[in-house]
Amino acid sequence: MLSQRKYTFALIILFLAVILTGLFNISLGSVNIPVADVTSALLGFEVDKDTWRYIILNYRLPKAITAIITGSGLAVSGLLMQTLFRNPLAGPYVLGLSSGASLGVALVFMGASIFGASFAAILLSKWSLVIASSLGSLLVLFAVILASIRLRDTMAILIIGLMFASLTAAIVSVLAYFSPASQLQQYVFWSYGSLGNLSWNEVIILGLFWIIGILISIGSIKNLNSLLLGEQYARSLGTNIKRNRFMIIIATSLLAGSITAFAGPIAFVGLAVPHLVRQVIPSANHVTLVPAVIFGGAILMLICDIIAQLPGSEFSLPINAITSLIGAPVVIWLLVRKRKFNF
Amino acid sequence: MSTESSNIVLKTDNLSIGYRKKNDTHIIVSGIDIEIKEGELVAVIGVNGAGKSTLLRTLSGIQQILRGKVFISESDLSKTDASELSKNISLVLTEQLISKNLSVLELVALGRQPYTNWIGRLNKKDLKKVMHAIRLVNIEDIKNKKCHELSDGQFQKVLIARALAQDTSLIILDEPTTHLDLYHKAYVLKLLQQLSRETNKAILFASHEINLALQLCDKLLILKDKKALFGKPLDLINSEAFNDLFPSHLIHFDKASSSFKIK
Repeated sequence: MLSQRKYTFALIILFLAVILTGLFNISLGSVNIPVADVTSALLGFEVDKDTWRYIILNYRLPKAITAIITGSGLAVSGLLMQTLFRNPLAGPYVLGLSSGASLGVALVFMGASIFGASFAAILLSKWSLVIASSLGSLLVLFAVILASIRLRDTMAILIIGLMFASLTAAIVSVLAYFSPASQLQQYVFWSYGSLGNLSWNEVIILGLFWIIGILISIGSIKNLNSLLLGEQYARSLGTNIKRNRFMIIIATSLLAGSITAFAGPIAFVGLAVPHLVRQVIPSANHVTLVPAVIFGGAILMLICDIIAQLPGSEFSLPINAITSLIGAPVVIWLLVRKRKFNF
Repeated sequence: MSTESSNIVLKTDNLSIGYRKKNDTHIIVSGIDIEIKEGELVAVIGVNGAGKSTLLRTLSGIQQILRGKVFISESDLSKTDASELSKNISLVLTEQLISKNLSVLELVALGRQPYTNWIGRLNKKDLKKVMHAIRLVNIEDIKNKKCHELSDGQFQKVLIARALAQDTSLIILDEPTTHLDLYHKAYVLKLLQQLSRETNKAILFASHEINLALQLCDKLLILKDKKALFGKPLDLINSEAFNDLFPSHLIHFDKASSSFKIK
């Protein structure tokens, strides 16, 4: 809208930063590849070493794209939830999606020991994890959507989402209590999250979900702005409250659900990025916020991934620990300086 | 919106308002027959719980009609959908805004939503309407401020500008003068009177400021004992409609000065 022009410059800078951090993300790792070679490999030109081209195209590029998809997708869902629930502490997981996914995966890992070893071999393939976490998210999602159709009050949906989260978390801990250590460890590894395990096919599938989710989010921008006035004003401006709420929940579920299925439950990005962006761009207008949050989420995730790779070393840290290590101080910092809290 | 033969913006026909819970209907006021024309300023008056807000919510389509009919610019309210209604009625509510991080300009511009495209882009006509609304309520000097920086009085004017920008034939305000000092109460109501004259819009508001409303409004709607009285201030005074509005042991209506006095 009006002040949007003021922020166009900031948006361009953010976009360039995405490309820059993307290049660095691909360049840095256990083997450091010069940025110039990364650029020429991506543009299809000759590269000094053939192994570099192989590493870039088959390992680092899909990982960078996954980082961009995960970061931006989670950040946008966080923004949608914060506006929908009028709550600065809402994130993509308030709908209970990640707990649903965790339950699905926990059932696969720890339930496998109950069903026996031969069954476990089938269950523990990679796709069964994706399917299990998708089913888990879907289950919780349907419950939340059913509730959202029945309920007039949006806040009640928030509570129901949180209830589902603690319910599934409780089931997971009961399962964990009875599981052998090896299976428990596998589950814990899944919950660390991972960006690097995706093949090109999986990246494409994840990308499709991402595109649909982002398109619905962009289509909801006008209604999100009207929600800033409250539901009664929004309705008086011609917004269909229930349909709008439904679309926002669908977009969030597609984004957060598919990302959790492929990359694990990645914390804090969804909650923290919209706040970080609001500190840089003090606007409440979603025409500006949605693209800014998409770029901001991608940048944060790419940086977290660089740190997680511990460039130059053979080791890598779990991505979920890094996002939380960065995310938690941000949230604390935000609450401490609440006097200038932009929401 | 109105046709040449009539300039009636809002008309109710034997309207009953209240709540419906499962099989139980709780009627708060029944038999409301009002007719508001273009350019008229009308106040809804009654003690707390008399049904003022319920009436305004019903007229703006938020709450269900229990009995009777409401016509907005001659079309039946119960058959009008939200997007059509948004071009006929704009609201100023007591509901708190979710975000006061919007600038005044952005907030007023949100009033153009019924007319803008899928992403809410403002064209030249929209911008002109927004600037016109801002000029009408005299808030040009604060148009770039954020809403959380404003005083209650300023903010009320911004909300009124937003309703004006929505460009509807009827503006409904729910207690626009609460939280304001006496000067700003008079200022806001005087502004509403001016706006109804200048823009030819019908303005309906609920208020506890009976003394001010008596001086400024073209017509009054009194809600009392589940009944509605509608008419010009003078006619209502002459028919002694105000005499028992409040319990008489404390406050009485002084006909000579057309105002309430403490005994």
